[in-house]
Amino acid sequence: MDALVALIVLALLGFVVWFVGMPLRRSHAEAAEAATLAEFEELEAEKEAKYREIRDADLDHRTGKLSDADWRAIDRELRAEAVELLRRVDRLSS
Amino acid sequence: MATLGRACLILALGVALYGIGAGIAAWRLQRRDVANSARRAVYAMALLLTIAMVILEVAFLRDDFSYALVTSHSSTTTPLFYKAAAVWSSQEGSLLLWVWLLALWSSLVLFLTRNRMRDVTPIATAVLAGFATFFTSLLVFSVSPFEILGSPPVEGGGLNPLLRHPSMMIHPPMLYSGYTLFTVPFAFAIGALVARRVDAEWIVATRRFALGAWLFLGIGIILGARWSYAELGWGGYWAWDPVENASLLPWLTGTAFIHSIMIQEKRGMLKVWNVSLVLTTGILAILGTFLVRSGILDSIHAFGASTLGVPFVILIVGLIVLSVGLVASRLDVLRSEHRLDSLASREAVFLFNNLVLVALAFVVFFGTFFPLITEAMGNRRNVGPPWFNQVTVPLALALVGLAGIAPLIAWRKATRANLRHSFTIPVASALTVLVVLVAVGGVAHKPKALAMFVIAAFLITGVAQEFWRGTRARKAMSKDAWPVAVVSLVRRNRRRYGGYLVHVGIATLFVGVAASSAFQHARDVQMKPGDVTKIGAHQIRYVKSTGRIDNKDGRIERIVLGAQLQVLDKRGKVLHTLNPTRGFYPQNAPFAPVSAMFDGEPTSEVRMVAGLRRDVWTAVAPDINSVLLPTAKRYDAALRKGIADGQLKTTEEQVLAFRALLGKLVEGYVEATPPANFRLIDSPLVAWIWIGGIIVFLGGLIAMWPAPDAARRRASAGYAARVALELAGTDGKVERPTLEQELGRV
Repeated sequence: MDALVALIVLALLGFVVWFVGMPLRRSHAEAAEAATLAEFEELEAEKEAKYREIRDADLDHRTGKLSDADWRAIDRELRAEAVELLRRVDRLSS
Repeated sequence: MATLGRACLILALGVALYGIGAGIAAWRLQRRDVANSARRAVYAMALLLTIAMVILEVAFLRDDFSYALVTSHSSTTTPLFYKAAAVWSSQEGSLLLWVWLLALWSSLVLFLTRNRMRDVTPIATAVLAGFATFFTSLLVFSVSPFEILGSPPVEGGGLNPLLRHPSMMIHPPMLYSGYTLFTVPFAFAIGALVARRVDAEWIVATRRFALGAWLFLGIGIILGARWSYAELGWGGYWAWDPVENASLLPWLTGTAFIHSIMIQEKRGMLKVWNVSLVLTTGILAILGTFLVRSGILDSIHAFGASTLGVPFVILIVGLIVLSVGLVASRLDVLRSEHRLDSLASREAVFLFNNLVLVALAFVVFFGTFFPLITEAMGNRRNVGPPWFNQVTVPLALALVGLAGIAPLIAWRKATRANLRHSFTIPVASALTVLVVLVAVGGVAHKPKALAMFVIAAFLITGVAQEFWRGTRARKAMSKDAWPVAVVSLVRRNRRRYGGYLVHVGIATLFVGVAASSAFQHARDVQMKPGDVTKIGAHQIRYVKSTGRIDNKDGRIERIVLGAQLQVLDKRGKVLHTLNPTRGFYPQNAPFAPVSAMFDGEPTSEVRMVAGLRRDVWTAVAPDINSVLLPTAKRYDAALRKGIADGQLKTTEEQVLAFRALLGKLVEGYVEATPPANFRLIDSPLVAWIWIGGIIVFLGGLIAMWPAPDAARRRASAGYAARVALELAGTDGKVERPTLEQELGRV
C-alpha cells in the first residue's frame, strides 16, 4: 500500500512538473509586443465602456429620465469620444 | 490514503510557492512563457487540492476513524448527508475547503483572462498563489486534516448537533466562495497597481467575479440567518454576532465597490476610492475567515477556537501595509479623468450610497471589535444588538432610500422636469402607503418600521415604473408582445434590470426585517400539560409531552423530549398542531452514565407555522433539573452497583441495562411531565426576508449573466458610422446604420 502511494505521489509530481513546465519549453519572444498589446486592450475596454455609456444614455432618454436636448448633447459628446477611441485603436493596429 | 492526502498538500504548497516566484519573474522579465507556467501552477494546485479534498470526504463518508478529524467530527450515527458536510465543521477541514475553493476560482479567472492584461495577470497570479501558500502552509505545518490515530476508536464523537441543518451543507461553501472570490478582484487590483494599469480593464475583467463574490456571500449570509432562525432555538435570524458581522463587512464594502466601479468604468472617476474599496474588501474577507477560526471574539458560530491568530494577524497586517503602500505610490496614475456634472445624477446617488455603505461597514466593524478595543484599554466591554440597531437602522433607511432613487435618475444630470416625470408616481405610491398604514394599519407608533415600509413602497413602485417604461419603449420599437418585450428588455440590459431586481429584493428583505422586529410578540413561559397561553393574535395550548429514543444502526443516536402544542385562534378553534422537541445526544464513550445524556449541547428542533403574513414559532426546553437529572443519577448509581455486584458482567448486559434505564427515563418523563419552558413567537412577514433573499439571488444572477456577444467586426464606413454600427450590433454589411438600428440596442 505504501509503495503504491509512493508511486502515485511520484506520478503526481511528474505530471505537475511536466504540466507546469510545458510553456517554458515553447518559444518566448513576445516581450516586445506586450506594451502595444496592453494599450490595445486598454483602448478596447474603454471603447466597450463608452458604448455602454451611449446605450445607457439612450435608454435613459427613452424612459423619460433625460430630456431631448440633454440627451442630444450627451450623445454627441459620447459619440465623439467613441470616434476618438476608434481612431486610436486603428492607429495602434496599423 | 492519508499519506497521499498529506503529499498532495505538500505538493500544492510547493506549486503555490512556484506560482509566486514565476508570477513575479514573468512580470519583471516580461516573459509570457513564464506567466503561462505560473498560471498552470495554479491549475495544478487546484488539481492537487481537489484530490486532497476528495480523500478527506471519502474518509468521512466511510467512517474511517483512523483519521483524527473523522473521529472528532463524525460518527456512524451521523446521517450521510451531514457526514459530507462534517468536513468543514472542523478547523482543518474548513481551511482545506477555503484554499480548495480559492484554487478553483483562481484557476477559473486565470483561464478566462489568459489572453488579456498580460502585464497585470502575472502579479495577480502571484498574489492568488500567495494566499494559497498561506493557507496550505497552515494545513501542512500547523493543522493537518490528515492526522492519523495510532489506535482508531470504533466510534467517533459525532457532528456538533447544532450543525445538523440542511443549510449547513451550503452555508459554509457559499460564505467561503464569497470570501475567496473577493480575493480575485483584490489580486487584480494589486496587479493593476503594480503594473500601473489602473484603467477600466482590470475592472471589466474581474467585475463578474466581484459580483459573484457578493452574490455568494449574500446567499451565505441569508442561509446563516435561516439556520439561526430554524435551528438555534432563540427565534431570531440576526444577533449581531461577531462571525455574522465578519461576513457582513466585506459584503457591505463589496456592495459599495460594485456600484462605484460603474462610475470609474463610465467616467474614469473614483479610481483611488475603487482600489481602496476592493483592497479593503479583500482584507475584510481574510478578516472574516480569521474571526471564524481564531476564536478571539466570543461567538455562537466560532466552532474552531484555535491558535491560528498570530499567522492571520501577520497576514492581515502585511496585506494592509502592501495595500496602503501601493495606493500611496500610485496616486499619480489614479487621478480622476472627469468631475461630477451634477448632484442630480446617478453618479452622485452612487457616491452617497457608497458613503452610507462604508459608514455601515465602519459601524459594524467598530461594534464587532469594541470588546478588543476596550480590552486593550483595560476594561473589556461588549456592545449588544440594541446599540447596533440604534446605529444601523437610520443608515439602512438611507440606503434603501438611495436604492430607490438611483434607478429613477439618469447618468450625468437630470432636469427638474425629468425628476418630476420619474418621481411623481413612486412618491405618490409612498405617500399612499404612509396614509393607509397610519390610518388603518396602526403602525404609527413604530416610526422606523413605518419609514421602512414607505421607502420600500417608493423603491418598488419606482422599479416597476422603470420596467414598465423600458418595456413600453422596447415594444414601440420591436412591436413584440408585452412578455416578449420585457424579456428582450432585460436580456439586452442585464446589468441594469438585474440590479433593479436586486434593489427590490433588498427592499423586500428590509420590509420583513422591519415588520418582524417592530411587531413581534415573543414570550418565554413555563407551562404544564393542559395550560393555555396567549401570543399575539393566537393562543397556544400545551396538550401533552412527548419522548422517544432515536436509534441508528443499533446505536442510540439521541433522546428526543418535546411537546405537542395546538395553535388556536381567538375563539379557541384549533388551527395547527406543532411538535417542538429538544434532542439530547450521548457521550461517545463506552459505558457513559445515563445522566451524561444531558451533559452535552442539546439541539432545539423548533416548529413553526410559516406563512406570508406571519410565523408562529415555538421551541421547548424540558425541565431537566427537577426530575430528569436526579432520576438519571439514581439510574447511574443502580448501573454502577449492578456492575460492582457482578450482576452486569458482560458488555452486552451493561448496554442492555443502559438502554432499559434510558427507556424508563423517557417513559417516566412522558407519564409525569414537569412544567416545561417554552419560547413562543408570533412574528409578522418573516417569510419576506427569505423571499427578498431569493429575489436578490435572481437579480444578481441576471446581472452576472454574460451579455450576448456584441458584433465587433470592422466596418468599412467612417468612424461615426462605425460607432453606430457597433452599437447597433449589426454584422458590418450596412454602410451607415439608421437611427432605428442604433436604438435597436434598447
